[in-house]
Amino acid sequence: MNYFPDEVIEHVFDFVTSNKDRNTISLVCKSWYRIEKFSRQRVFIGNCYAISPERLIGRFPGVKSLTLKGKPHFADFNLVPHDWGGFVYPWIEALARSRVNLEELRMKRMVVTDDALELISRAFVNFKTLVLVSCEGFTTDGLAAIAANCRFLRELDLQENEVEDHRGQWLNCFPESCTSLVSLNFACLKGDINLAALERLVARSPNLKSLKLSRAVPLDTLQKILVRAPQLVDLGVGSFVHDPESETYSKLLTAIEKCKSMRSLSGFLEVAAYCLPAIYPICSSLTSLNLSYAPGIPGSELTKLIRQCRKLQRLWILDCIGDKGLGVVASSCKDLQELRVFPSDPYGVGNAAVTEEGLVAISKGCPKLNSLLYFCQQMTNAALQTVAQNCPNFIRFRLCILDPTKPDSSTDQPLDEGFGAIVQSCKGLRRLSLSGLLTDQVFSFIGKFAEQLEMLSIAFAGNSDKGMLYVLTGCKKIRKLEIRDCPFGNIALLTDVGKYETMRSLWMSSCDVTLGGCKTLAKKMPRLNVEIINENEEMEECIDDRQKVEKMYLYRTLVGPRKDAPEHVWTL
Amino acid sequence: MPSSTEPANGSYGSDVTDMDTELTLGLPRDGGSKAVIAGAKRAFARTVGLGLGSGRGKQSRDVEVDDAAEISAASQVSSAGKVPASKTQVVGWPPVRSFRKKTLESCKYVKVAVDGAPYLRKVDLRTYNSYDELLRALEGMFNCFTVNGNVLEGSMVRDPAKGMEYVRTYEDDDGDWMLVGDVPWKMFTESCKRIRLMKSSDAAGIAPRTPKCRG
Repeated sequence: MNYFPDEVIEHVFDFVTSNKDRNTISLVCKSWYRIEKFSRQRVFIGNCYAISPERLIGRFPGVKSLTLKGKPHFADFNLVPHDWGGFVYPWIEALARSRVNLEELRMKRMVVTDDALELISRAFVNFKTLVLVSCEGFTTDGLAAIAANCRFLRELDLQENEVEDHRGQWLNCFPESCTSLVSLNFACLKGDINLAALERLVARSPNLKSLKLSRAVPLDTLQKILVRAPQLVDLGVGSFVHDPESETYSKLLTAIEKCKSMRSLSGFLEVAAYCLPAIYPICSSLTSLNLSYAPGIPGSELTKLIRQCRKLQRLWILDCIGDKGLGVVASSCKDLQELRVFPSDPYGVGNAAVTEEGLVAISKGCPKLNSLLYFCQQMTNAALQTVAQNCPNFIRFRLCILDPTKPDSSTDQPLDEGFGAIVQSCKGLRRLSLSGLLTDQVFSFIGKFAEQLEMLSIAFAGNSDKGMLYVLTGCKKIRKLEIRDCPFGNIALLTDVGKYETMRSLWMSSCDVTLGGCKTLAKKMPRLNVEIINENEEMEECIDDRQKVEKMYLYRTLVGPRKDAPEHVWTL
Repeated sequence: MPSSTEPANGSYGSDVTDMDTELTLGLPRDGGSKAVIAGAKRAFARTVGLGLGSGRGKQSRDVEVDDAAEISAASQVSSAGKVPASKTQVVGWPPVRSFRKKTLESCKYVKVAVDGAPYLRKVDLRTYNSYDELLRALEGMFNCFTVNGNVLEGSMVRDPAKGMEYVRTYEDDDGDWMLVGDVPWKMFTESCKRIRLMKSSDAAGIAPRTPKCRG
């Protein structure tokens, strides 16, 4: 290889797309390092505080596509204060200053301001793709800037963001010359939409493949849009309520029938069950269906719909489908790979409509299942063992029993054996979330069998430090560990401090680690940021090392303590 | 964002026990649960000093309760006089993204019971814009009934097969049973807690010929 000119080597490297492999390549020799460095275009930064923008730019000056993640995962559940951090502006500023030719930016759990969006829209001439997941801090004004200035915009994808809606005319800001859109998702917006502007935008976007509408877009507009864009592959329906006897509705039926490429449906943010038959014609080719935001569809209507979706690979649904409904899924959707069952009553304990029965039925009917998120009323070891046997291909297994310490509902035993069966059978398991009554034993199983495990979420489980130690010593590939309300303390935390440099992060809240323990860890490991998050004003007075820490978040970093932490977040 | 919690009315009757009214970071507990719950001790220990439980002196912390949980707990206190233990909220549990929680919050599910049917149904009142739409949906759900002609005429449903007449009633937020259709639709969705199709033989005292429903 060394006898080839650089351009040839670079061309060969183009075929290596995995970053892991590219990292390995760059270790071979100096010249490969150099060639790889200048040709790397896609960079993934799982923790925005692990590295600085300047070092990123120095290392990969040719970066075109950047993914940034900010707040810890438990921020999704209100466990992290709003102002904790994860600001993207410094990144944009640095990239703009260095004239990086950024084309794609994907962010998750970051704070994104209108200023940041404006800067993106002005600084990067070839900017094409903006994906924001679970972000906050911006308004529709920022979206207007993106729409107005990004001349080659292909993808604007907003997923579950908190956006302050200024009842924008932001859709109007797409210039008439903008015809490049491939994907537009604004389902999470709450305010009114300029429907005429939307229709015109769709009409001049011949490459549009994915369109996800907000609740403010009514059925008659949807009908007009579908007439213009029968090539859509992925549709998120906004409002789906109309008189089924009307002319509009029958026009909709005609339009839908022409959508021969439709493979993915979602949304139905407002829906009347009696309108659902309109989508029956496309059900047989659907591979993905997300009805988890569709309120109030009775189980019977859901099953009528799903029975026709025989090619479904991904299904996101509310638990009002019930165990019986899951039985219908099991018998109809033989290709199912990913299932998520969300609670229709997110505050309810004891109101979930699915139990272990539904899950067992799914496991029997859908052997290809590899990804699960299941909120349920109860679970048994026997059921989990059956599931483990029927579905050995799980990559992601996340079980959430709404009463978080509920034992096996038929034997009153802990659910250790059940989860043990899962980790033993599913040799490729990468992500696991536990719930129910669990002792140290389940962690012993995890440490012993979950060899590929990368992310583990634990709540209200375990009896002693041994539990956490089983995981830290046994799971060689663990990258993210998040623990809440478990009796794990300093011994568990401090036994193998070097382990944390092999991981991205560790979160522990309402556990038994003390301030002193955290200080010791921080002192021993200078390349970790050990953050104590403390919203209790009393902490000012009592800084006793023996005091238990409410929330601790630690992560490896090359750039030391961050300078943007708010007052109640201390880096030790 | 964090705030200390006080019950809405600030006072407890003397017949209310400590355990019933504690607002904790701990687990929701069934009354008769036998399982030794690892977290139960923890939950109790973290009780904020409302004079209840064993706050650890200096270490008692403010209970961090997210807004919705606070509203939910408070409303339960004011309406019931005590907080049922099984409904205490744990912060951040179930682990549902707050975006999703907020979105689903804007649903309003009420139970629908039909006398003689073996099970109840639930409908989300927010998906309907008028009595007409609601009643049509109910008709679809309990399809052993047919609605005679115009759904808005009176509050009667006749089941020809069984030869029975049903009166549409609902329970409002004062706990009174009312006839469906008397108040404007919006007001109805806000005050309706559950719906019952009552056999008219049981509905003595409620005049079946009512003024027209206001959509």
